[in-house]
Amino acid sequence: MADTIEVSLWRGRGDGRYQTFTVPRRESQTVLDVVTWVQRNADPTLAYRFACRVGMCGSCAMTVNGRPRWTCRTHVARVVEDGRLRIGPLANLPVIKDLACDMTAFFEKWQAARGVFAPSATRAEPMARISPASPERRAADAAIECINCAVCYAACDSVRWNEAYLGPAALNRAWTLVNDVRDAANRERLAAVAGDGGCHACHTHQSCRELCPAALNPTASIAALKRRTVRAYIWGEL
Amino acid sequence: MNVRLYLLQRATAAIMAPLVLAHLVLIYYATSRGLSAADILGRTRGSLVWGAFYALFVLCAAVHGAIGVRAVVGEWTPLRGRALDVAMWAVGLLLAVLGLRAVAAVVL
Repeated sequence: MADTIEVSLWRGRGDGRYQTFTVPRRESQTVLDVVTWVQRNADPTLAYRFACRVGMCGSCAMTVNGRPRWTCRTHVARVVEDGRLRIGPLANLPVIKDLACDMTAFFEKWQAARGVFAPSATRAEPMARISPASPERRAADAAIECINCAVCYAACDSVRWNEAYLGPAALNRAWTLVNDVRDAANRERLAAVAGDGGCHACHTHQSCRELCPAALNPTASIAALKRRTVRAYIWGEL
Repeated sequence: MNVRLYLLQRATAAIMAPLVLAHLVLIYYATSRGLSAADILGRTRGSLVWGAFYALFVLCAAVHGAIGVRAVVGEWTPLRGRALDVAMWAVGLLLAVLGLRAVAAVVL
């Protein structure tokens, strides 16, 4: 193992440039360790995000050698190419500074897809009894662990080409709520994901499924939304 | 792309699947039998069946292609909204006119 690695980090906003640092190589080093070393030892003006550093919050998502990843869960040994690393902010989102991107559009699309639970009962009514083995609950549970890290959004070609496209995370969330039998806003939700920029803009490239750090499958959720919206349209429910 | 266009594109694809197969079989049949243009026209001229078959094929292709091109143009050019719909209709009408002219040429 060589003593050092050459790390290029994006500096500035959209019109910035890559700046290269020489970073000590250590065993079991993660990409987040590398970025943190640079900020603490080489350049304190480097801007980046992290929080839990153990792979459960999604804050540290960045583009590493061209692919969006959780940097705290990416070992340098797995991604270093020829002793070099190239790290940038997540793609498909405006850059605030250096490695930090503006997540506003990502969260706004979550709202636009009606990825929000709409209650059908009040606290005065008895709790809903939902069997975890019911088909709807199983479908919801398969997709519900999304922590909205935006890796899938950054990976998606359709997001890159179509600024109206809601994106895999928002549509995946909408699918979990379509399967929540307590929810009261399904008509509006299906309409929200059936318009321009909705689920039908997905081309099934599956970069989202391939790169999701939580091993979710937004492509499958979107395919299911396509079937559900077509059925609703045919039955005049949309 | 929205649910209406998506459904139209899938429906026309479903209709065209057997039509394409039939068309390929026809081409193979005509070429392997060494049919001349006159032979083929002798069978298609005045035929309601051939006219209907290929007119349906043309109209499905025009709808399917126009929607598909709309999706591609929407992703690779700055065209949006109304301009995109105009482009889609232009492609569809062009394909329909060209195709129906060809059908008329062999059926009338």
